[in-house]
Amino acid sequence: METNHQLKRADFIFKNENDWEEVLKKNISRLPNELINELISSELKGRGGAGFPTGLKWKLSAEVDSDTKYVICNADEGEPGTFKDREILSLVPFKVLTAMAICGYVVGAKEGYIYLRGEYFFLKPELNKAISEFEQYCKEINLDFTIRIFMGSGAYICGEETALFESMEGKRGEPRNKPPYPALSGYMNKPTVINNVETLAHAYTIFTYGAKRFYDLGVQYSRGTKLFSVSGDTPKPGIYELELGMSLADFVNDFGDGDSKAVQVGGASGFLVPRKRFAETTIGYQGKLVGISLPTGGSMMLFNSSRSMFNVLDNYLEFFREESCGQCTPCRVGCQQLLKGIKAVKSGEKSTQYLDKLLTLAETMQFTAKCGLGQSVANSFSSIVENFREEMIY
Amino acid sequence: MDTVSELIKNLADQHGRSRYNLLPILQGVVEQEKYLSESSMIEIAKELEIPASDVYGTATFYSFLEYKKMGKYIIRVCKTITCSMKGKNQVLLAIEDMLKIKVGETTLDGTFSLLQTNCLGFCHKAPAMLINNDVFTDLTPEKVREVLSQYLSKKQEGGQNGN
Repeated sequence: METNHQLKRADFIFKNENDWEEVLKKNISRLPNELINELISSELKGRGGAGFPTGLKWKLSAEVDSDTKYVICNADEGEPGTFKDREILSLVPFKVLTAMAICGYVVGAKEGYIYLRGEYFFLKPELNKAISEFEQYCKEINLDFTIRIFMGSGAYICGEETALFESMEGKRGEPRNKPPYPALSGYMNKPTVINNVETLAHAYTIFTYGAKRFYDLGVQYSRGTKLFSVSGDTPKPGIYELELGMSLADFVNDFGDGDSKAVQVGGASGFLVPRKRFAETTIGYQGKLVGISLPTGGSMMLFNSSRSMFNVLDNYLEFFREESCGQCTPCRVGCQQLLKGIKAVKSGEKSTQYLDKLLTLAETMQFTAKCGLGQSVANSFSSIVENFREEMIY
Repeated sequence: MDTVSELIKNLADQHGRSRYNLLPILQGVVEQEKYLSESSMIEIAKELEIPASDVYGTATFYSFLEYKKMGKYIIRVCKTITCSMKGKNQVLLAIEDMLKIKVGETTLDGTFSLLQTNCLGFCHKAPAMLINNDVFTDLTPEKVREVLSQYLSKKQEGGQNGN
């Protein structure tokens, strides 16, 4: 995979929201197919972390024959270290609403929902105000599309798309089996397009400036820009829009405190990269794999040499143990046992070889857990235990 | 009819009486009552004509839907990695010291409950906490004492006005 040889800052997401009326009007006068092709040729991939091609998602849903379809904006931003979606919804809500309405037009959906995490309840009044203004304009231009906010209630797992549907249907947020995929059968078992907040904001950029403008940014397989939520041991925590394909070494150069020991890319469900691997790690989606290429929802947490990786892992595992929905055994029991296991090794109750058993358990979870939560515990677990084994022991 | 039953009826009128409308109804009760008592869960089940176990199962799944009696102000201190690294424990100790309660407890007068929660999404301004729906960031022991004093004086003013 190519790597950008420097950090390239960009400023699309938080700029030029004011022409949303024009952008909406212009785009719904185009043919749905034309819009889908524009999105496909931009190579925009889902910015929530999974990286599914957005244009393809819309296309699949558009092709299904159904009277009722839905567009859902996933604002259940719960990944530790991620806080960009809140910023988008508070600073440029109209971009998200416009992209939802264009999506509705493209796939043939008349109802949109924003699933907003309970922790962000304070955003609701302002967002509702934006929605009424938006719906008013939709009426004026004869676009039949409504948007409602659905509040979450403090469950990380509801960011998983099928758990989110369950939650919206009034149930426990337990992920469904896939397939069927949401494009075919999502909320209320109807075809549903579900996109992350940031993905919709990028779609707005693409429908404003054209696919080429977006495609020209970033590198092969990882086109465009991405918002990064930077936190931890850094002199400048915050939200930054950068072109994809940057090298982690360049990132640390810019954002580190001079003593960076490791960076957690992608939150607790992502990977911990130790200093010796900074140079060979690229931030972007996997294409032809040369070196390490890490996709991410944008969470970048920096740790300096004063931090114990045992404490970091302990904190993550406690998070997963609490947030596991408990539905499937590998995840429910696995998270508990991994947490118990590292404590037992640390206290000397178990031998150091026990760590290898725990690594096998993590791998088993990766292959057998029902959803992304249980499957991705191994990412942080293995990358921390393998790179900082001594810290797990002493 | 007591006020909770009335609230539940109103919420059901507003959101609908289908199984699908359960979550907003639960949230509505928690917003006003701060928690879901056993009797309110049974009441909701009757109102929607669904098994009480369904209501209980859903309610207990979500960490913001409390099912134990809570204080008027629920303090939720973020305990996830960055907040934890940036001094969450000191903030927690300051709160415990000031309110004379431990995590999981409610003050005797029913004003404050203290809880820890998972990532609030303010890692760049850690440590962070919620008091009901309001966010407080960049906390230090001093700052958290100041915030709580404001809530305490608000409570006293409220008392004088007979609320």
